[in-house]
Amino acid sequence: MSLLEEGIASAAGVGISATRPDGKEKARGDFLFSNDLSAEDMLWGQTLRSPYPSAKIRKIDFSQALAIDGVHAILTADDVPGENIFGLEHPDQPVLAFDIVRYVGEPVAIVAANHPEVAKSAVDAIYVDYEQLDPLVNSQEAIEAAPIHPEGNVIRHLVINHGDPDAVGNVTVEGEYEVGMQDQAFLGTESGIAFPSADGGVDLHISTQWLHSDRDQVASALNLPEDLVRVTLAGVGGAFGGREDVSMHVHLCMLALHTGRPVKMVYDRNESFLGHVHRHPAKIWFRHSADESGALVKVEAKVILDGGAYASTTSAVLANACCFSVGPYRVPNALIEGWGVRTNNPPCGAMRGFGNVQTCFAAEAQMDKLARALSMDPVELRLLNALKSGDTLITGQKITGTAPVKEVLTSLSEHPIPKGVEGDLLELPGGTGRTTDNSHVKRGIGFAASIKNLMFSEGFDDFSEARCIVVDGEVSIQSACVEVGQGFVTLVNQIVEETLGVSEAVILPVDTSIGSAGSTSASRQTWMSGGAVLKACEAVVNALILELQNENGGEYEKVGLNLVPKDGSDSISIAVALRGRNFDEHVTHRHLPTFPLDHNGQGNAHVSFAFAAHRAVVDVDQELGLVRVVEIATSQDVGRILNPVQARGQIEGGVAQGLGLALLEELVLIDGKIANANFTDYLLPTAMDTPPIEIAAFIEQPEPGAPFGAKGIGEPPVISSTPAIVAAIRDATGFELNRVPIKPEDIALNGL
Amino acid sequence: MNFLIASSTEDLCELLAEDPSRQLLAGGTDFMVEVNFRHRDVSEVIAIDRIEELKQWRHDGDSVLIGSCVTYREIERGALSTLIPALAQSARTIGSPQIRNTGTIGGNLATASPAGDMIPVLLALGALVNVRSRSGVRQLQVDELITGVKTNSLREDEFIESVRVPVLRGPQEFLKVGPRNAMVISVSSLAMVTDIDREYIGIALGSVSASPCRSTDAESFISENIEWNSMTVRSGAIDNFERLVRESASPIDDHRSSSAYRTHTIGVLGRRALLRIFRLEN
Amino acid sequence: MGIAQESNQYELTVNDSKYVISGSWLGESLLYVLRERLGLYGSKNACEQGECGSCSVMMDDVLVCSCLVLAANAEGRAIKTIESVAEGSQLSDVQEAFIDTGAIQCGFCTPGLLVTIHDFLDSNPEPEESEIKEAISGNLCRCTGYGRIVEAVQLVSIRRSGRDI
Repeated sequence: MSLLEEGIASAAGVGISATRPDGKEKARGDFLFSNDLSAEDMLWGQTLRSPYPSAKIRKIDFSQALAIDGVHAILTADDVPGENIFGLEHPDQPVLAFDIVRYVGEPVAIVAANHPEVAKSAVDAIYVDYEQLDPLVNSQEAIEAAPIHPEGNVIRHLVINHGDPDAVGNVTVEGEYEVGMQDQAFLGTESGIAFPSADGGVDLHISTQWLHSDRDQVASALNLPEDLVRVTLAGVGGAFGGREDVSMHVHLCMLALHTGRPVKMVYDRNESFLGHVHRHPAKIWFRHSADESGALVKVEAKVILDGGAYASTTSAVLANACCFSVGPYRVPNALIEGWGVRTNNPPCGAMRGFGNVQTCFAAEAQMDKLARALSMDPVELRLLNALKSGDTLITGQKITGTAPVKEVLTSLSEHPIPKGVEGDLLELPGGTGRTTDNSHVKRGIGFAASIKNLMFSEGFDDFSEARCIVVDGEVSIQSACVEVGQGFVTLVNQIVEETLGVSEAVILPVDTSIGSAGSTSASRQTWMSGGAVLKACEAVVNALILELQNENGGEYEKVGLNLVPKDGSDSISIAVALRGRNFDEHVTHRHLPTFPLDHNGQGNAHVSFAFAAHRAVVDVDQELGLVRVVEIATSQDVGRILNPVQARGQIEGGVAQGLGLALLEELVLIDGKIANANFTDYLLPTAMDTPPIEIAAFIEQPEPGAPFGAKGIGEPPVISSTPAIVAAIRDATGFELNRVPIKPEDIALNGL
Repeated sequence: MNFLIASSTEDLCELLAEDPSRQLLAGGTDFMVEVNFRHRDVSEVIAIDRIEELKQWRHDGDSVLIGSCVTYREIERGALSTLIPALAQSARTIGSPQIRNTGTIGGNLATASPAGDMIPVLLALGALVNVRSRSGVRQLQVDELITGVKTNSLREDEFIESVRVPVLRGPQEFLKVGPRNAMVISVSSLAMVTDIDREYIGIALGSVSASPCRSTDAESFISENIEWNSMTVRSGAIDNFERLVRESASPIDDHRSSSAYRTHTIGVLGRRALLRIFRLEN
Repeated sequence: MGIAQESNQYELTVNDSKYVISGSWLGESLLYVLRERLGLYGSKNACEQGECGSCSVMMDDVLVCSCLVLAANAEGRAIKTIESVAEGSQLSDVQEAFIDTGAIQCGFCTPGLLVTIHDFLDSNPEPEESEIKEAISGNLCRCTGYGRIVEAVQLVSIRRSGRDI
């Protein structure tokens, strides 16, 4: 569905490609990102970071730095007013390093000055006496190595033991796989501004994914009650998981409170790479066993995720990686063992896909290996084993919602394959580099499928609050749901249109004056915050009906967007009925509870599941190892499409990130230090690297319990796109290719 | 701290003679990256991108004289691209449209990166660089100008005024290997230029040595195996040619690529360029 | 490295208005000055290296990365930023197309892309898809995968040629 084919529909209600309400502002360049904030009298903050992956801090001397004209404050660990510790799942990381640094980039001191260059000069002038230690950089060794943190090196060890461990099939395939460190690389770098306030509190304006989690961690570090820490969302230039953790939040507030002035901080691109968590690198061993028909009998795996120096969300990422390691297939027996370990590498945490990405790459390679061993078509093998509603996962949880894996696979495999075209230069691998002629090219096709759990898991009490306020018929929505670009703001308007028949609600500023909406992550916001907004609007309708009934004596029935009196008199539209009336409905929306995993990794730990499959067509210049992705097609299980254009946008953007992991993106670590913390050498796909993305089908089987029946869309596109591309390259070359991202030399020098 | 705008080449000579520590700013695409990331102190800067003479080029019979501030964009498109196709091909691969609009041929030479994309082409063509100061003009071969990694032999008070680039009569090729299709630093690159009348072949390599270099052994060898009238090459010579190209490279391992891959690919590029220009005999 | 506030003074012409910049540090890029001294925050800083295009502006009708222009050297040149693309409250046709096709998600890359595309379409009114992609190859987008952006350019081209969608 492309606009050019279908034309522009009028924007209204759910299911239509409504245009985003902030589009005009963003197109004009008027939309204020956190980078764009400023205040009278503001100072600029800057952070001193550790140059070493592991070192003791013997002494910090900032006397020279403090003497620089224009420097207003230099703060260290001693200046942290409250607990010098924070962490998203679990506090294990200092706000400012005290006696030891555990990764390159760890914050050691912060500066406030009257010009960013003065602040940078001051940072350069701070002397830290480090005693370097041998860094622990090997994730496998980390398990047994001497602890680099009081809480030890194993952040989590998880075992999933399902069915019969001795079961064995007729055909067995085994492999070792590796996934490199990908980065979220959102374009709008970390930035924000903190204002000290007269009540002794602080107002923080920042781009983030979860206001309340930030607020809580900041309050604890500042030793302030939560209501004195007010967080307001500033415009977010992309997130993809990289903004879930606190970065500069406490630092900004400390500097503001200390100097008594507003303080702004902006990370440049290099510092941004150091300043947020990354995708966990992974080492995975798999053994798949099937009977001669291809039905999976048992899957075994060992998964090691390198969590880097601090825990962040390693525990949850590991759980996802293991629970969904086998993929969207029925597996009667499984033994999966996983470790999330601590090393002196840069800390890792949430990135779109959240653990499912790493094991999916390996598991889908295994499925293709199995298909080859059985002389079966790879899609047929997947169809044979595909999960369906009512099946049980390897965690013992039965899928009670929809699971149209077969429909996803079938619709994709039936989608026409692009014709081989001898196109111009830009259609060839190497592009304008002119390295390749048509005779050097071999085409390959590959498939992969994935499962992603939606929302949080393992008993986490997730909820979202929303408020629908009507003043004289004008509707405002208050929610702390963070818009990172995904289009939640559009959905709010559509929900209001759908439930109240009112177009263009006012979306109130997003801040902590209302309760939490939870994180914009885990493909959860449509379900949770969309659900909360829906509930709040429905509560207004109910209150309206009650009011009308009290006024008029008779009963009313809601029919579509109208209220129909049971006595047969004229119906009235909700929108018209709201005029002149005031309502204020504040609701909290929760999903059904989930439960922890037991010592065998069994438990009803997840809420809902979304499935997707991808097909990649690639042209490979094997001699040079250059790959051009010709097309990526996908089918995705979406429950219900709420906005086709926005859904397409999520898919295209996610697939591009999957392509990045397959071919381009890796933070190269040398002894714990990132060698390519810049856009020159951390390569994001450009428009010339990104192929047309075909949507073969949106499979719409409404999910019970989900608002509108809609499943989250954001993560599935990132998960099986990577292994589909690798499978296509294997098809073209015959090479194993067990590591992503694939470098050209992995192809060109393969076996040489 | 001073910012000066040079209005003419004479003006520039004087400004540099007066204070040779002054830094020259042309397109800014290397200069400003260094300033932005605090790798370059700016105390006295002379902008040279307003000097009209430096922004012109002209065709003088068998060569073009290109002012040092002619941009990649102008070289990529228009008349220059027909006169020196390989230079236009290399220009097209540099950076992005934005970068190509301001980056200059003089900057590519003066920065002297081992991966500077125009440099192998200029080397293969036998271009001469006109370097000027108040004392006069001297002419340097490209490999006399570029002496090492990001090192040029310009004296303190000198600037690159223009580049004299031979216009050859024959096919020419520029090939560049990089892991991404746009905005990519080359991992290996190769320029091959021919002049049928003079029976000349020039081959130069980029990103596989401290400075881009000519592949003279490969040039001599293949010259003996080329039949210029028919533009054919002896098929039995290809493997040895490829080996000689590889042997003229001395690449390193770095975070972008390995020396093994660079060596392998430079040979492949040599072979492919050769077989685009010449047919196999029989 | 000092950044003493010298008597460095120069005049910039931005979106047809003149501004005097004084007391600045010589090394400031045009991007920095546009944003932090002139309050024109539309041009964005996502890399400061010329690798992302989010700072794209027009300088004497040439598309450039403003992070790579020394602000003092922009004196005497006509600078046009994203802020000049719309005419008052009237969005340009490219801006409208971006909204219509869903080419905007977080919006950080949008200003740079709009400046780039306006420049591109001025000299390429009926571009092939591959030409569009090469024209925007210097503008990174992390959210959209470029699909809707390319469609927006095609939509403008169609609309300008008189066919209505």
